[in-house]
Amino acid sequence: MNDHVNPVEPYLRMERMPHIWCPGCGIGVVVNCFVRAIEKSGIDRDKIAVVSGIGCTGRIAGYVKMDSFHTTHGRPIPFATGLKVARPDLSVVVLSGEGDLISIGGNHFIHGARRNSDIKVFCVNNFTYAMTGGQVGPTAPIHSIATTAPYGSYDKPFNLPFLADSSGAVYVARWTTYHVRQLTRSMTEALTKPGFCFLEIVAPCPTIYSRRNRLGDGLDAMRFYKKASKVVNGANTRMVGLELKGPIIVGKFVDRDRPTLLEAMNNEFIPKLGKKYTPYPTGVKR
Amino acid sequence: MPTADPMGVLSGVHFLDGDQACCEGALAAGCRAAFGYPITPSTAVVERISLRLPLVGGVFVQMEDEIASSIAIQGAAWGGSKVMTVSSGPGMSLMMEHVGLAAMTETPCVFVNVQRGGPSTGLPTLPAQADMMQARWGSHGDYEIIAICPNSPQECFDLTIMAFNLAERYRVPVMFMMDEAVGHMTEKVVIPKADQIEVEYRQLPEGPREDYLPYRPGKNMVPPMAPVGEGYRFHVTGLTHDERGYPAMDAGAQAELVKRLVDKIRLQAEDICQVEEHQLEDAEVIIVAYGITSRVVLRTLQMAREKGLKLGVFRPVVVWPFPEARLRQLAGNKQVRALVVPELNLGQISLEVERIVAGEARTVLVPHAGGALHDPREILRVVEEVLG
Repeated sequence: MNDHVNPVEPYLRMERMPHIWCPGCGIGVVVNCFVRAIEKSGIDRDKIAVVSGIGCTGRIAGYVKMDSFHTTHGRPIPFATGLKVARPDLSVVVLSGEGDLISIGGNHFIHGARRNSDIKVFCVNNFTYAMTGGQVGPTAPIHSIATTAPYGSYDKPFNLPFLADSSGAVYVARWTTYHVRQLTRSMTEALTKPGFCFLEIVAPCPTIYSRRNRLGDGLDAMRFYKKASKVVNGANTRMVGLELKGPIIVGKFVDRDRPTLLEAMNNEFIPKLGKKYTPYPTGVKR
Repeated sequence: MPTADPMGVLSGVHFLDGDQACCEGALAAGCRAAFGYPITPSTAVVERISLRLPLVGGVFVQMEDEIASSIAIQGAAWGGSKVMTVSSGPGMSLMMEHVGLAAMTETPCVFVNVQRGGPSTGLPTLPAQADMMQARWGSHGDYEIIAICPNSPQECFDLTIMAFNLAERYRVPVMFMMDEAVGHMTEKVVIPKADQIEVEYRQLPEGPREDYLPYRPGKNMVPPMAPVGEGYRFHVTGLTHDERGYPAMDAGAQAELVKRLVDKIRLQAEDICQVEEHQLEDAEVIIVAYGITSRVVLRTLQMAREKGLKLGVFRPVVVWPFPEARLRQLAGNKQVRALVVPELNLGQISLEVERIVAGEARTVLVPHAGGALHDPREILRVVEEVLG
């Protein structure tokens, strides 16, 4: 009898298995890395809240055995901001897809980064709206095929690290699901760093995006990521945009410090309000 | 019942407008987290709350839009805070998806709507009562909410506390339906001492954490709400869910959940409803009015009685759920010939009244498209016409 228990299992709602994700999908890798990052970070899992939006990646909240919130389409970032304001002692992690966070939720994304809300945003970028069957998304490369771009996508995609960087995120990194060790390390760093930390995780969608664009199966995606990726830590985020079948610049691009939303609030109010103001807990140890 | 935290209670006699009084009511009720976005005529609420919350240990964040505000409050509510957001007209329209989320996930929260003329940008600086059906049905799907209509700054204080208490007791979004006239009206507001203000907090789970089922109904058909970060490891979703809180994609789960969400309000309407009645004993005509219009009609009542007309006034203070049983009882009274319903819209609550009385008495709408209040003489003219 095999008594080996996968170390990730205790973190999952095993009674909900099998999950909805397709064979070769990258989201399972992300969950795996996330759980290992929690272990490495030393943070009590019961002091971490997971917030997701809608979409394939949005289902992560439903599978992790932690306090978890599956919110509305595009809105996990403001939900997480509210949760963090009420409970600054908790680590609040947003796990969602690029359609959710960057298209319908794009405004919340830039404002969350601007105000340095102390939340961790792990964005799975699979270049398509997979759950609804493969429509064109905000990161879909030019010329890529989608059900709503049947002749090829022609509007310019967002470069997510550049968007996060220019909006004010204090930590910005990109990895693919091939880079499990680096991804786990970045997640660990983000979990323990105060402020708006952003990870883009380039992930395959073999059933829809890869198939429609003739990119092969899940294994082909791994081979491609291995071949096409180039680690450039500290890269100028302006230069890391992605193209269909093009090179993928990965690495940690931004790691800087500035006051979180609640720290900035205290910094402003303490001198202005004096004894009338009791400093608000920030949950930040510096 | 526990009483208010004195820190948030500005006890004394004040001269406040409805917007400011609403803010003070929220603080007295224990609101310590608010998120909002400026929009006329509700801006004064967020301005005052941004001024006051830092002094009472709370946080206000001006969000990027109303969509963000209406879900940031829900994150904070799950974080254990009593929360509210405030808006008007177009902002309320943007918030509607999250009214549905709050109803579905049973998140206690208060949405203050200082109503203005619509549709669309409409009349930003002028009153209306045309969001009454939106308050009830504005989000998609079947659900029930609670809606309260104050008619004075004093009530903006008192009833805001009631809004928070009901939100916490029933784990439901409460729509606090002010209007531009009440919001900008300045009057005396008496704020009692903290120990005279009763405040409620959601029911918390008891028993071992591993046995906790986040959506197993408890008292009042309402599930106890676990605090986040305490090892309950619960899941919350806007999808149809079972008692475990897990998605359940079938007609049976849908029927069980949605029926309970609706029934916990409908079947407990007696506990939730609050009405005000004037001179109904001998009334042959009853005016049904709510919010600012319920004040206007007191002048109509006075003029009618001076003329010897047997008029009475029935005012739902809580409009949703509507006080059906009491209204049906009144309409069944043989002497009652008609119900006259003046409202600052072209017929919303009047339709509800018509449905409830089901032909027992005539229902006569006194419509007004908004932008001003009714002239009490105009309502009197309709009453006289009805009395023939």
